[in-house]
Amino acid sequence: MSGHATYQPTSPFMKWFERRLPIVGLLYSSFVAYPTPRNLNYWWTFGGILTFFLIAQFITGIVLAMHYTPHVDFAFNSVEHIMRDVNYGWLLRYMHANGAAMFFLAAYIHMFRGMYYGSYKDPREVLWILGVILLLLMIMTGFMGYVLPWGQMSFWAATVITNLFSAIPGIGEAVVTWLWGGYSVGNPTLNRFYALHYLLPFVIAGVVGLHIWALHVVGQNNPTGIDVKSEQDTVAFTPYATIKDSFLMVVFCILFAWFVFYVPNFLGHADNYIPANPAVTPTHIVPEWYYLPFYAILRAIPNKLMGVGALGASIVILAFLPWLDTSKVRSANYRPLYRQFFWIFVIVCVGLGWLGSKPAEGGYVIVSRIFTAYYFLHFLVILPLLGLFEKTKPLPNSISESILSPAPAASVT
Amino acid sequence: MTTVSAEPTRRDFLFIATGAVGAVGAAATLLPLVSQMNPDASTIAAGAPVEVDLSPIAVGQVVKVFWRGKPIFISHRTKKEIDEARAVDVKKLPDPQADQDRVKKDHDEWLILIGICTHLGCIPLAHQGNYDGWFCPCHGSQYDSSGRIRQGPAPANLPLPPYTFLSDSKILIGETQPPKA
Ligand code: HEM
Ligand code: FES
Repeated sequence: MSGHATYQPTSPFMKWFERRLPIVGLLYSSFVAYPTPRNLNYWWTFGGILTFFLIAQFITGIVLAMHYTPHVDFAFNSVEHIMRDVNYGWLLRYMHANGAAMFFLAAYIHMFRGMYYGSYKDPREVLWILGVILLLLMIMTGFMGYVLPWGQMSFWAATVITNLFSAIPGIGEAVVTWLWGGYSVGNPTLNRFYALHYLLPFVIAGVVGLHIWALHVVGQNNPTGIDVKSEQDTVAFTPYATIKDSFLMVVFCILFAWFVFYVPNFLGHADNYIPANPAVTPTHIVPEWYYLPFYAILRAIPNKLMGVGALGASIVILAFLPWLDTSKVRSANYRPLYRQFFWIFVIVCVGLGWLGSKPAEGGYVIVSRIFTAYYFLHFLVILPLLGLFEKTKPLPNSISESILSPAPAASVT
Repeated sequence: MTTVSAEPTRRDFLFIATGAVGAVGAAATLLPLVSQMNPDASTIAAGAPVEVDLSPIAVGQVVKVFWRGKPIFISHRTKKEIDEARAVDVKKLPDPQADQDRVKKDHDEWLILIGICTHLGCIPLAHQGNYDGWFCPCHGSQYDSSGRIRQGPAPANLPLPPYTFLSDSKILIGETQPPKA
């Protein structure tokens, strides 16, 4: 996959510098000359979008931190102060809150892309697992951030989520007290969540570095799922991928801007504009939309320990996907049965999200149970068996051949 | 490269001994880092017992007080509520416990509970649900007039705080014996 030009410093200073720290060369070979498969579609632009939103969260977050006070008596008012008094504070806060939502939306699309095109398969297992770790870190970061404004939803989200650990047999209560730094969610809890909410994005940035490193070792997958065989199968990252990424980033930012400027509280909950009150639980508590599928799985199971176990398992199971999917063919474009099961799986995930927003009663619970069961069946039964029984379509000989004489299946991409 | 000898050498011993001391040192360093997250002295001090005067609480009323940041329900039960709590077959309950074991002797009308749902920590609502007790709005657990779990995802009865009667109309929450004067 070499053959594209490497960085050749021309000025005497850059020659001098490059011999001492070849960082420009590293950036050049990673983001300019780096060969990308020539058939990448727009689903491949979400990694760039994610990086963009990580940086955006850093910038808006650090600015918010300059005006925010992590104390139970002041936190709520300091957020209101950001909204009313700080110059453009409303904008920065809405960007941060909605940016988190966009971040998750992009991450979910990115993951479904990986599932559709089999991007987790040999040799990309480590790359995929790093992605699952990133999802976990994002979940933690977003949760702790949501606690910071110290409204009713903040407080009760903190209570319910930390209490998940009380399900651990024997030591559960001790763990929860340790997490709280008290006998209930209180000032020590808010204070440490703030410290961790500041820390975790840096950990995310580090893992993103590993994720991109692993990507550049094994190379990108592509819509055919077959390996790059010659230089003809690739184009240089810049300008081709850079432009494509930038284009969709702009489109995505239109959606982002629509939320920020027109419906900034659409994704939030009105109850979070009521200051935290440890004496009253809101009548209908629901997490942010990006946690809803997991929340539905938690509630689907009538036993506390099993419910919490299933919630954890629904995320951890993703890390085993490379070994649960037994098919050698990567791309769903050549797997007629898997393609249908993939879309059923998407519907089940979105359905679980919808169910998570509904009260846990009657028919909703029954459907939640069916969908939860299906979620796990998909990984534990359908994927292992499909690989053994499915008759896959013939693969093209190369990426360039698939473009020049499209196979019937290529119409999907 | 040194040749590998079957016998452990002095070097092996030093290696293992150094490693062991290092591991102990690392664990000793970790201890304060982990321990600082536990409740600090001021939080523990603020968790001291609280006295509650029961005389203003009417029959049928449930009041909420705070102890250690936790809501404590004080229910002045009606005769009907007590009778219902005692009529159920204890063995059939998810978390079997007789109503008599959940109140203090000779104070059957006073039910004192930690008002935190044993599922995931929401505060159940009084006088709601199908059992003349509490209903948790979060995931629908229902507790009876003895605070016992009857239905829903919560695994256990509402816990009882440590408390003691100082007189017929005064309790001390946080202590199981009246303090010695
Ligand atoms: C991984 C990226 C991040 C995610 C997903 C994230 C997520 C969130 C969320 C969901 C909120 C609650 C917003 C609300 O309801 O008002 C929040 C608040 C906050 N975040 Fe972040 N955040 C990230 C990075 C950062 C960074 C790098 C900082 C800087 C130290 C930061 C500082 C803050 C502050 C001070 C608040 C409280 C102010 C407010 O509620 O608007 N965040 N974050
Ligand atoms: S917290 Fe009460 S039912 Fe879940």
